Amino acid sequence: MADRFVSRGFVGRRRLAEGDQKSRLPPGQYLTRDFPVLSAGPTPHVPLDRWSFTIDGLVREPVSWDWEQFGALPAREWTVDISCVTKWTKLDTIWTGVSVDTLLEHVEIDPTARFVIAYSVGGYTTNLPLTDVINGQAFVAYRYDGASLEPPHGGPARLVVPHLYFWKSAKWVRGLRLVAEDEPGFWESLGYHNRGDPWREERYSGD
Amino acid sequence: MAEPLAWQLATVTAIKPETDRVRTFTLSLPAWRPHRAGQHYDVRLTAEDGYQAQRSYSIASPPTRNGEIDLGIERIEDGEVSPYFHDVLAKGDLVEVRGPIGGYFVWEPGLGGPLLLVAGGSGVVPLMAILRERVATGDRTPVTLLYSSRAIGEVMYRDELERLTGGSNGVRVAHTLTREQPPGWNGYGRRIDGPMLTDMLTGLGAEPLVYICGPTLLVEAAAAGLTDLGVAPARIRTERFGPTT
Repeated sequence: MADRFVSRGFVGRRRLAEGDQKSRLPPGQYLTRDFPVLSAGPTPHVPLDRWSFTIDGLVREPVSWDWEQFGALPAREWTVDISCVTKWTKLDTIWTGVSVDTLLEHVEIDPTARFVIAYSVGGYTTNLPLTDVINGQAFVAYRYDGASLEPPHGGPARLVVPHLYFWKSAKWVRGLRLVAEDEPGFWESLGYHNRGDPWREERYSGD
Repeated sequence: MAEPLAWQLATVTAIKPETDRVRTFTLSLPAWRPHRAGQHYDVRLTAEDGYQAQRSYSIASPPTRNGEIDLGIERIEDGEVSPYFHDVLAKGDLVEVRGPIGGYFVWEPGLGGPLLLVAGGSGVVPLMAILRERVATGDRTPVTLLYSSRAIGEVMYRDELERLTGGSNGVRVAHTLTREQPPGWNGYGRRIDGPMLTDMLTGLGAEPLVYICGPTLLVEAAAAGLTDLGVAPARIRTERFGPTT
């Protein structure tokens, strides 16, 4: 019923989304050319000589890389559209990073592992089905738009899962933990949707 | 699975100018439910042809007010939703909303304090809900608000804030005007910096519970300044707005 409601005198400003761009805009989103910063707390500044990235949990042998080792892993450039649950979408963002597939090649995953918890400096976590981060769908990025990734945007490195709302793309990521049972992460425990698919407008719990 | 946050048709019952660019919109909600101070609502506008735009706006009123909410909305010049609110929407009109939303940038007396609230511009809106909640519940948590505006004419809720600080009720409000100060101004006249934050921490102790809301640069500066002064990052909650139009 509410879907039939028309806002008296509302036309909208649509010039930002033209042609092809319109079809790349998930429902309820608007295009931005800026790169807004949203975080629940202060921006941590992690010195590179103390940075590490770990894969642990349901793996035969956990693996960790320091900054130099991580930089030596095969990386590639990714051009992706990103959508934040706060309604903005940014098209054609360009990142450099390592595919989660590449990272997982370094561990032997227990067959009971079905979910991934991404965990970050400062205690932030987000949960993802393993099937949402493999097959070229997710990467750990350390460069954005031709420069080192700035701390407010998650640098030195952040997870990027472009097909889900951007809170799933954990900033300041320290590792991925493989688990058998799903456990809601930070925002997922605070009223936000467990999976967060922008095309299904899965913003809040119950959507 | 939580019950879905359904869209509902709210009625605009009052529109009150706070400054030249910010107005309070009072909405009466058919399916009102109590919010937590600091939360926001999503607003959805629909054009004749089905085109829709959504934005989030913070609640300024305390949860104790039954059946209606105040949203504080700044008019963004090249925006899409805020100009509709300011230029088109009138008392008696209907608008689709759903909420309340957000479970981290929230405060209620049980969360304790002492409280340090830091606002930039219309970022004061959710912090006002926290102050009003404290008053409405008779809570005595010591609270300091540091409020940065560009000029005196852009200060929202000025009279109410002045009234709140009267007497020995544990509320302190400090203003800084970054661009222009009126003659005889005895508040701060610069952007938030370390010495100003040190002043704020005096009397609150080393472990205040901090809520910062404003433009990204202000939030970054205030949060970094406070962690430099020894406040634990886990005690600092932030809400940033870039272009919310």
